[in-house]
Amino acid sequence: MKHTLSILVNNHPGVMSHVSGLFTRRGYNIDSIAVGVTDNVDVSSMTIVLNGDDFIVGQVKNQLLKLPDVLKVQDMAYASSVQRELVLVSFSITENNRSEALTICNGFDVKILEMTEDSLLIEFSGNSRQVTNVISVIKPFGIREISRTGQIAIAYRNQNSV
Amino acid sequence: MSSTTEAITGGRLMVELLEEAGVEIVFGYPGGAILPFYDELYHSKKIKHILVRHEQGAVHMAEGYARSTGKLGVCIATSGPGATNLITGLTDAKLDSIPILAITGQVATDAIGTDAFQEADIFGITIPITKYNALIKKADDLARHFEEAIKIAMGGRPGPVLLDFPKDVQLEKTSVRKASSLKIAPHHYERPKVKGDPQEFAEALNQAKRPLLYVGGGAINSFASAEIKALAEKANAPVTTTLMGLGAFPGTHPLSVGMLGMHGTAYANKAVLECDYILNLGARFDDRVAKYQDFAPNAVRAHVDIDAAEFNKRINVDYILHGDLKDAIREILPFVKGGERTSWIENIQTLKKNHPLDFDNSGDSIKPQDFLHRVYTKTKGEAIVSTDVGQHQMWAAQYYLFDRPNTWLTSGGLGTMGYGLPAAIGAKFGNPDKTVICVTGDGSFQMCIQELATIAQSKLGVKILLFNNNFLGMVRQWQELFYEERFSESQWTYNPNFVKLAEAYGIPAMKIEHKSEIEKGVDFFLKDSGSALIEVMIPAEEKVFPMIPAGKSQQDLIEFKDLGKLKK
Ligand SMILES: Cc1ncc(C[n+]2csc(CCOP(=O)(O)OP(=O)(O)O)c2C)c(N)n1
Repeated sequence: MKHTLSILVNNHPGVMSHVSGLFTRRGYNIDSIAVGVTDNVDVSSMTIVLNGDDFIVGQVKNQLLKLPDVLKVQDMAYASSVQRELVLVSFSITENNRSEALTICNGFDVKILEMTEDSLLIEFSGNSRQVTNVISVIKPFGIREISRTGQIAIAYRNQNSV
Repeated sequence: MSSTTEAITGGRLMVELLEEAGVEIVFGYPGGAILPFYDELYHSKKIKHILVRHEQGAVHMAEGYARSTGKLGVCIATSGPGATNLITGLTDAKLDSIPILAITGQVATDAIGTDAFQEADIFGITIPITKYNALIKKADDLARHFEEAIKIAMGGRPGPVLLDFPKDVQLEKTSVRKASSLKIAPHHYERPKVKGDPQEFAEALNQAKRPLLYVGGGAINSFASAEIKALAEKANAPVTTTLMGLGAFPGTHPLSVGMLGMHGTAYANKAVLECDYILNLGARFDDRVAKYQDFAPNAVRAHVDIDAAEFNKRINVDYILHGDLKDAIREILPFVKGGERTSWIENIQTLKKNHPLDFDNSGDSIKPQDFLHRVYTKTKGEAIVSTDVGQHQMWAAQYYLFDRPNTWLTSGGLGTMGYGLPAAIGAKFGNPDKTVICVTGDGSFQMCIQELATIAQSKLGVKILLFNNNFLGMVRQWQELFYEERFSESQWTYNPNFVKLAEAYGIPAMKIEHKSEIEKGVDFFLKDSGSALIEVMIPAEEKVFPMIPAGKSQQDLIEFKDLGKLKK
């Protein structure tokens, strides 16, 4: 099962290695990792998606909390949090399928950043499933380059609002 | 910044911080990148520096010092090769939870990352093997890093920390000598309040008919021996210890069933199978002790540990108390009811009688078990004993009964050959009035043998008991039992003349081969407070029993008396 861990860490060099090293060392695979500084410049927020049962995730959580630079670890339940990922894709188009491509982009709420004679550069954000979905629809056109941010997440304040 | 005075160099400040932290002795080896610090150390009147012969020696000495005194162990190395020579010892300290501060020199900050001469990314290299580490980028940051490092090394579950100290930072001036705030959250170093319900926890023990206490190295770290004894006596519960927990409960106490695990006593391992309640006190269900989820299959399991990550890590437990062991036992003691448990105690006595530690002592050769027992008697069990790794280590664990904590120094988690001699040296520096004995094998001894010079240089009274079987004995034992006697690369076709070698370092030495020489040997070895080496020739075929084969569990224990069956 996929789990999304939201981790607050001290923002200084080496912390990323400490955290990712912990996963390597215990043989756990990270599906995605996204890091950014918070409103407090001394603190960064990391979102890590990993696959594992509750026992494994419990272990990871316990081990993470032992790292001095880790301030907080939260296991984000899907239903009570917002999860988003951003993807940038550049793909090939031809005269013949250009309008089909544009229709798809419109339908999926995709942002077009650049259009040349034979290519489109688009931006899309959504939950991981939506992102994967958009990519699979675009794929037949011929993807030239792709860049995904990895998932970020934040819990809803009001846990009853869902 | 809170307190400012006149500016001093980073190197000077490091020395002063060490002095203020009460550090009296450091073990190290100089080199270019740590010279400014060494230059300041030269002036220190409070800190004694022990010059070792290899940095691995320095870190193991710091470990031996820490384990035998309960204080922080400090080691120092230069950048690059000096720093990487600390790796084995730091890993060892991590696995055995020993508080160590390693200070390494580093190339100047502007050269970091350029593959400069003697540069190694020791910060990166030691991430997985330290509890905390830091690269000190500015002299102004030193005070904070230092305080964090020491608190983390000693606090909670202890462990090794490393401060990487670039040469220019050692020379840079600062007037910041106290940390104004710590970046690391207090729960990483403060003694946590005991969490859990001590009453409910104690009730489970009260209900047990056949309770067993299972004591680990955490008992030594938390100085909980008196509390454990009180608990065992009040509950009338037998006590077994892990290899790391030896000495935390008196080995001669009537309730002691000795060590459990792979080479533990048969009665301890059988008690584990029979108990209906097992209370883990600062142990970690290590795989050499608890193979499977069905460890102590008939027992309710309870666990006290300072490290929450240990709970349910390998073995599921029913009751948990999270916190310092000493505090936790103090909290549960008032709720513990006195117990008779006569039949259980009798049962244990019968197990002890029917399954004693055993070996064949009939021939003319010297048996290590016998020799160790005599050393035990002669020293009245009052020596500090360090070991290397192998058969001799297990015989020492079995036949030298440890009655006091902090007297047994062995590499439990990592199983590091080369640990014994330097650990004994560190312990002797910390306990000059005690007899310190290093029990070693002909293989292990040669891994840090150069530290004989450190003994000689300091005129230190370390006793070396070298069991020579001209084999990597433990490897041979496995090959004999599980690899059809194919002794692949376990036999020494060359060993030095150990007696002459010791004598070359000015250490009196003697070799014995026959049983008739045992008394003479023991007397020679322990006759005065000076250093000495006794080389005891033992049969290569001698094996450690009992034994639980790797990957098997308590049910599969092989005793000495089963040996015949085993060989068929
Ligand atoms: C650094 C290191 N290398 C290899 C081993 C594997 N090993 C475990 S016991 C052993 C044999 C030890 O031989 P010796 O020191 O002569 O002791 P004995 O078993 O003969 O008492 C070896 C090679 C180890 N524990 N540590």
